[in-house]
Amino acid sequence: MPLNGVGRDVPDRIPGYGDARPFSADGIAETPLREAPETESGAETRGRSVAKVVPLERSLDLLDLRDGMTISFHHHLRDGDLVVSMVLDALARRGLRGLTLAPTALFPVHESILAHVRAGVVAGIQGSVNGPVGRAASDGLFDGPVVLRSHGGRARAAASGELPVDVAFIAAPTADPEGNLSGLSGPSACGSLGYAHTDARYARQVVALTDTLVPYPLPRASIDQSCVDLVVPVERLGIPERIVSGTLAVTKDPLRLLIAERTARVLDACGVIAPGMSFQAGAGGISLAATAAVRERMRERKIRGSFASGGITGDLVAMHEEGLFDALLDVQSFDTEAVRSLSRNPGHREMSAAMYACPSSRGCVVDRLDAAILGATQVDVDFNVNVNTESDGVLLHGIGGHMDTAAGAGVTVIVTPLLRGRLPMVVDRVLTVTTPGSTVDVIVTERGVAVNPARADLAEALRKARLPLRDIGDLRDDAYALTGEPEAPRFGDRIIGVVEYRDGTVIDVIRNVV
Amino acid sequence: MTTTLRRSSLYVPGNNPSMLINAGIYGADVLVFDLEDAVPFAEKDAARILLRNALSAVRYASAEVVVRINSLSTPFGREDLDVIVPQRPDTIRIPKCETARDVTDVDRAVGELEAASGIERGSIRFMPIIETALGAWNVMEIATACPRVTALNFGAEDYTADIGAIRTKDGTELADLRARMLLAARVAGVQALDSVYSDVADDDGLYEESRRARILGFDGKSVIHPRQIPVVHRAFTPSEKEIAAALRVERGLAEGKRMGVGVVVVDGKMVDAPVLKRARKVLELARAAGALPKEEESSCR
Repeated sequence: MPLNGVGRDVPDRIPGYGDARPFSADGIAETPLREAPETESGAETRGRSVAKVVPLERSLDLLDLRDGMTISFHHHLRDGDLVVSMVLDALARRGLRGLTLAPTALFPVHESILAHVRAGVVAGIQGSVNGPVGRAASDGLFDGPVVLRSHGGRARAAASGELPVDVAFIAAPTADPEGNLSGLSGPSACGSLGYAHTDARYARQVVALTDTLVPYPLPRASIDQSCVDLVVPVERLGIPERIVSGTLAVTKDPLRLLIAERTARVLDACGVIAPGMSFQAGAGGISLAATAAVRERMRERKIRGSFASGGITGDLVAMHEEGLFDALLDVQSFDTEAVRSLSRNPGHREMSAAMYACPSSRGCVVDRLDAAILGATQVDVDFNVNVNTESDGVLLHGIGGHMDTAAGAGVTVIVTPLLRGRLPMVVDRVLTVTTPGSTVDVIVTERGVAVNPARADLAEALRKARLPLRDIGDLRDDAYALTGEPEAPRFGDRIIGVVEYRDGTVIDVIRNVV
Repeated sequence: MTTTLRRSSLYVPGNNPSMLINAGIYGADVLVFDLEDAVPFAEKDAARILLRNALSAVRYASAEVVVRINSLSTPFGREDLDVIVPQRPDTIRIPKCETARDVTDVDRAVGELEAASGIERGSIRFMPIIETALGAWNVMEIATACPRVTALNFGAEDYTADIGAIRTKDGTELADLRARMLLAARVAGVQALDSVYSDVADDDGLYEESRRARILGFDGKSVIHPRQIPVVHRAFTPSEKEIAAALRVERGLAEGKRMGVGVVVVDGKMVDAPVLKRARKVLELARAAGALPKEEESSCR
């Protein structure tokens, strides 16, 4: 079998997936995108013969529903989402079978899906899986592989027709009777609806579910009525306290603070912390602390940046309001402060997944990033990053925007402790390649900073700034000296997950754990 | 003589595996692995074994490795030495020293263990801790009890309880001990290290106390949390201004020598022996801390 561009053994043809285009490290594969099918709705609502506002059961009468079709959901309600199980229960009652789910992500609350898989209602998943559903996939629950895509890759696949969505069910915290939708208010307010835009635009049929129906017209809609076929009022979309968190606390763990502070020094040495800077960081403990350390430096030197993007937190809102960033580009609002800011601050702007990260769009935000700070489950000596599988080989996490931001940002920094518990985080070879090493520049750990040999320019800058540079192999040796070399988990022959790179090529496959 | 850099001494509980593994990453000059007060009685032997294994497996880079043993007057002290000395720690911190004998007893035991383990006799050094009125009274004989003694410490809590003082934030009650200990240290030619500042959240208070200790002549301070390290280093590392002034003194003197001038004036002050001594100490400390400007590193070797 041939090896792909990151040396992974990916078959030409994968059962349940089809032909696999191998990932190439040389560049992005081109995808022609189609025009959005504005007038092709399959629902019987055209010509205004039917009012758009209908109960859930009635909406299912009006939709063109078939066994084996693909239905999609967005994950802005996160672990508080009640919509996925509400819709699946209704479809199951109708006797539908063999559905493909295309969620932008799944959370532990979605464990209820598993019963529908066992009953044959759901046959497969194309989308991020987190927690229990991922574990079930690793145990071999599904016949075919789960197809994992990044946010940008998913937007590309939906727009190109590779991921044809028959019905998009969109949770809308506020809606009007024509289907203008917003996440800004209502008991299930979630802020940005960024991940839902592509589906609203490209799905054959679009159903909005809302627990807050307001009179027409909803003045500030993030998805407009021209995309929406039906509006379904429901009692409750979600559990508010599990939709957005309160203020995310910055870690007090000295080790994580050390990595965060070092990360800010790395960005500084690379010349990133400068007027007009743009920046994205995850919401993990180290990333949040690194953002705080960057903030200190911007304040001290009175630096005014251009924008921060991605998942937006209260910390970033404060930086925006303090004048440290002119704009926030928000694909998902992490906490209550971010939700409120999106209403209040004109410089805080919602962005779609396509605008955020789609590699085949006419321009995406990640390409304008000066720097990205990203986490990892494992990193290897070729700088490849795994965020999907745990050290026991089980598929437990989605990709998010990891590979998109790494590819786009001028400087991509991976932050990770060298050890988590008794496990080494820098290893010989990651169990799964999510993000190729060619797009990763610097790895920051508590025991030193490793620079990708392809970035001699950065290495020189970091050396001058007296950062503790280490060879990535030495970091691995340090880790192994303390933990021993981990034995690889035992995988079976079945491919249970396909990790698509953002351009639709296959960067890796995940096999079942035995 | 090279200056041993002991600005910060980080206490690390001997019974915490992840802290033992990660102790070296925070940049403390000295790591003090604690088998004494941080470890409950029921865990004394477990901590001893854990620490032994950590010392044999983990490399602590450039930090000085110190172990605070239990006092030989307890049932644990002797066994601590038996297990720890073969791991070649740089230094043993001896708690509750009250007389020279408390030091010489440890010296004898360590000497035997060094011989048995093939370690050069006398290579492991001592840091006695003064924690009682009697220890404070005898601090001179403790400091000069044996050539292994390399620095003196004190335990503020135990000492103030013993003398019946009230603990205050500004440390008035410790003024006499600090002065006495510093004198003894200088007479013995060893370093003097300040006690811990226990309010971990108060960086300003820590800095102030550290700065005052440096003004008194102390060489460093013990810390109980990694976040205290950079604050203490800031206080105990000569500032750029101090370094620049010290360099002017050295240069002025060199210039005067070249010109054959007897009296040299720098910054409006005559450079005499104490001025030069102070300047050299600043430069030694700055060099050890890596705070010297690059171009000066070679010239003042």
